[in-house]
Amino acid sequence: MTHRIFAIVALVVLAALPPALLASDQDFYISFASRIMIYGIAATSLNLILGYGGMISFGHAAFLGAGAYVVGIMMAEGVSSAWIAWPAAVVLSGLFALVIGALSLRTRGVYFIMITLAFAQMMYYVFISLKEYGGEDGLNLPTRSVVGLGLNLKDDTTFYYVVLALFAATLFGLHRLVNSRFGRVIAGIRENETRMEAIGFPTYKYKLACFVIAGAVCGLAGALISNQANFVSPKLIEWTQSGSLMIMVILGGIGQLYGGAVGAAVLLILEEVLSAYTIYWQLPVGIALLAVVLFAPRGIAGAFTRKPK
Amino acid sequence: MSGILILEQTLNGLQFGLMLFLLAAGLTLVFGIMDMINLAHGSLYMIGAYLMAAIAQATGSFWVALPLAVIATAIVGMLLEIALLRRLYQRDHLTQVLATFAVILISNEVIRLIFGPQPVMLNAPPALSGPVELLPGLSYSSYRLLIIGVGLAVAVLLYFLVAKTRTGMLVRAGASNREMATAMGVNIKALFTVVFGVGAALCAIAGAMLGPILAVQVGMGESILILAFVVIVIGGIGSIRGALVGALLVGLVDTIGRAFLPMLFREFLPPTYASNLGPAVASILIYLLMAVVLFWKPQGLFPARG
Repeated sequence: MTHRIFAIVALVVLAALPPALLASDQDFYISFASRIMIYGIAATSLNLILGYGGMISFGHAAFLGAGAYVVGIMMAEGVSSAWIAWPAAVVLSGLFALVIGALSLRTRGVYFIMITLAFAQMMYYVFISLKEYGGEDGLNLPTRSVVGLGLNLKDDTTFYYVVLALFAATLFGLHRLVNSRFGRVIAGIRENETRMEAIGFPTYKYKLACFVIAGAVCGLAGALISNQANFVSPKLIEWTQSGSLMIMVILGGIGQLYGGAVGAAVLLILEEVLSAYTIYWQLPVGIALLAVVLFAPRGIAGAFTRKPK
Repeated sequence: MSGILILEQTLNGLQFGLMLFLLAAGLTLVFGIMDMINLAHGSLYMIGAYLMAAIAQATGSFWVALPLAVIATAIVGMLLEIALLRRLYQRDHLTQVLATFAVILISNEVIRLIFGPQPVMLNAPPALSGPVELLPGLSYSSYRLLIIGVGLAVAVLLYFLVAKTRTGMLVRAGASNREMATAMGVNIKALFTVVFGVGAALCAIAGAMLGPILAVQVGMGESILILAFVVIVIGGIGSIRGALVGALLVGLVDTIGRAFLPMLFREFLPPTYASNLGPAVASILIYLLMAVVLFWKPQGLFPARG
């Protein structure tokens, strides 16, 4: 019950944010808040495989980049409808996740970490070599995707509410997923794969399905981030980006419903605030990360929830 | 496509591969013995190159600076191990990845604070700045030849260290079965600090030697770190021999692929496709190689654990 109240309060606060920011002449932060929620979606999708599924993927940025490039390339080719481009981004990222997952999930432990990283690197270099679509310099989007229905995404406030709706839907979806039979099986596999296999669950298929869902959702985040920034570049797929997504999950709370969202907010706000004071902002971020990893492995959201027995 | 060109690119690949080996050797031992993913290995490479540049500038001599930089980096590495990494051995891989990722952020910024954001100059020794004629028609940079020489010498030295000395025996024992080695009375803790120091020293040699060819700048460690990981995954984690084979394979495949694949593609494909596809395939070649190796031999080419 407290869970539901918290969710409603959070939603009301987020919905009230743009008018409040507009009233105080801080409209720059509307776009920044959209960015936080978009990264929140991406980190939440990573949390699904990392926290709930126990699959340490070091290449999750691949799906962020895939989604972003689908929107970017389609727009460069004249398709700017969100109703076509965004589902395409989700489906294609999901397909990439299917291929990458099918191969990577044959390996375990360290090898899984390394092979997911390798696939993300491949995608990174492929997009660098795509000279038609900006190559290393990236691709500017002439406009934001077109939704119709009287909504104009070029308006930052409208865009914010669209992102908010998708953000809320992602969290609700994750909540339903991890509490479903599927979610229980995934958690069981994380705890003891051999046992789950012995009981008769096709663990490989379950893990692959989980990996594909996470990839597809991250593709949605990619489609949104390209719209938010009006720009797509291979930097989205760099391995440090995959690292950042992992940091968000860990900071926020691994295996916690709001972990990805909280972590994205904390990391991006920390960056924003610190970079105003010093160009060496990565130093305090690094120290904070080290402290969390060493002394508070359950993250920020984890500090507010009861320890599982 | 002339034979001279192929020979030249092969030498380049050999040079690159040997430097990768220096990085991968330390990484694979750390990985193999303590089951520890150390992303900060690339930072030690960067620190080595910066120390080399600073000391070379202060003393005015490449050859005086080299041993000093190597020793200093080894000390930095051992301090890092004692202060932080030691706490991570018992933790899961995710924690190790993130903690050492934090070390990358911290060391990048500290270097930037000390040396500034601009790349630092490091010159090759003046005696080796010109090319030498290896064969009629093939002149090759003498400094790159030196790199190949140093790489080979270190590889041989390392082989003797690991295969013929008592310390090396303990290292191999630790890599193939850590618990058993501990049970037999090996002081793994001290051994590992030493191994880490040696790994850091190898990083410094690679950083110092590559400094005059590549730029000495913040972030130089990140790109080469990933290659070093590819090498040890291909070679088999914990195996020095695997690291050598993997490094040479990656160095040669990468260099030769970049040089000749675009040319090859132009022969078969219309130029618009070839100009895109050539560089793309060349740059993902080593990752494909790694995926293929993992697919057929999930433990790498030379698995250290029986």
